Amino acid sequence: MRIVVVGGGPAGIRAVEQLVRAGVTPIWIEEGPDGGGRITQRPPPGFTRDHAALYGADAGRARRLHATLDAMKPRTDWRPDTLVWNIRPQDKVLHTLTNGAAQGEVAYDALILCTGAMDRVLPLPGWTLPGVTTLGGAQVALKSQGVGIGANPVLIGTGPLLWLTALQYAKAGAKPAAVLDTTDFLTKARFGAGMLWNLPTLLRGMGLFAQLKLRGVKLHEDITPLAIEGVDGVTAVHWRDAAWKEHVTPCDAVGMGWGLKPEAQLADLAGVPFDYDATQQNWVPRKDVAGRAPVAGVYLAGDGAGIGGVEVAELAGARAALAALGDAHLPSDMALTQHLDGRLRTERRFRKALEQAFPYPAKLAARMEDSTSVCRCEVITAGELRAAAAADAPEVNRAKAFSRVGMGRCQGRLCGTPAAAVLAKALSVEVPEVGRLRGQPPVKPVPLQQVG
Amino acid sequence: MTVTRLLDQDRTAITFTVDGVQVPAKQGDTLLTAMLTAGLGHVRTSEFGDGGRAGFCWMGACQDCWVLVVGKGVRRSCTTLVEPGIEVVRR
Repeated sequence: MRIVVVGGGPAGIRAVEQLVRAGVTPIWIEEGPDGGGRITQRPPPGFTRDHAALYGADAGRARRLHATLDAMKPRTDWRPDTLVWNIRPQDKVLHTLTNGAAQGEVAYDALILCTGAMDRVLPLPGWTLPGVTTLGGAQVALKSQGVGIGANPVLIGTGPLLWLTALQYAKAGAKPAAVLDTTDFLTKARFGAGMLWNLPTLLRGMGLFAQLKLRGVKLHEDITPLAIEGVDGVTAVHWRDAAWKEHVTPCDAVGMGWGLKPEAQLADLAGVPFDYDATQQNWVPRKDVAGRAPVAGVYLAGDGAGIGGVEVAELAGARAALAALGDAHLPSDMALTQHLDGRLRTERRFRKALEQAFPYPAKLAARMEDSTSVCRCEVITAGELRAAAAADAPEVNRAKAFSRVGMGRCQGRLCGTPAAAVLAKALSVEVPEVGRLRGQPPVKPVPLQQVG
Repeated sequence: MTVTRLLDQDRTAITFTVDGVQVPAKQGDTLLTAMLTAGLGHVRTSEFGDGGRAGFCWMGACQDCWVLVVGKGVRRSCTTLVEPGIEVVRR
């Protein structure tokens, strides 16, 4: 039984743990030099901050995850620095690239994809300037490199990551010049009750907010970001407050992010169908409650299978592994399975409320100015995309062929969500009706001679 | 832009070159961190004429921080660690 786990983050770690417990030695593939995922990312060797300093309230979770990660590596066929760039589902074969150079093929009987997520963005005039990063990027900089994206950044977006990043920067000595939240207070309050399903996390979120206030960080809600100003780098952010008054906040960097988007390209290549999740405002690969995809032998867990956060990722990773074991008639822990199913049900309720409380501002995306670059890879404007719509592009893949939006080196990771909003508005249809950009191999650029 | 060293910076000093010029770094820095904290401002130039780029996602997803590492080929600067003496070419 060849079980392959792709991804060394929280979901992958907990999946591998269950497989090893059942006596299986999986092949464990991780794109980076080490596992740990994003929220509990480890710095490279040589950094000395301890877990408490690195992860704050997540320190305990990080410590447990890293301990399991390190314990599992020697008990698996651990393959770091390895990118899975294609899947041939009919042959059950993965194409890999190790250390950016060595090509490989890995056959599997069961495949557990734990591919994580990335920030969802809203293109703004000036968002390609040096100094503009994602919120996740701003966090990675601090956590894994000990650097700030700037000394006085403006952070824009919505969701818990906005507040968390702001607090981490304030504590590190790079107090944000402003924190600009596109969601109004009432929306957050309305769905706050639903977040009681995970009281500790809700309280933590409220605590973040309170700590930012205490530290004198300027928080503005219900704002509209207008533009990022600068020539060779960021010098200011232009934005409008809830009362429609315009402001210019000087700063030396910008972090932006509106929730997360699954990194589900491999699920796509594995032939898994996708559904539009209206609450998450994301296309997510189809799976049952255990993480089984409707493609035999393919299992999905963690944020790559639909955004759930780190807690869900751990539960879902273990659950998917138990499903894979059970389907292969290998020993799997029935009591644990029931426990995980119960926890996952509760977490889904929490997550639904969280997503509703911090929505992606699709309306802002839909009405971005014609001159704004939707696609930063190939510098394609919203106007060009709207022209494609006018020239008969009823869905995003046709619009991609006409305008090249989504054809660049990031493969539509960044422009996918806002481009769909722009296109839907231009066609006067709902966002799900314009579809989603289909995945293409390689999922990330691979040296040409390697494709062969 | 000023990527700023804030925490955990007591690491061994090393140097490498960017476009033939010596650049200081610390063991454990990514190419992106080292180039931006050294004040280089950008790590590549957009092929579409809209100026310099300095990465965006810092996690290997957006592909907007590519540089040429002599002997190794094109690499993402956000996921490649500096090694003493390596030669980076901005494009």
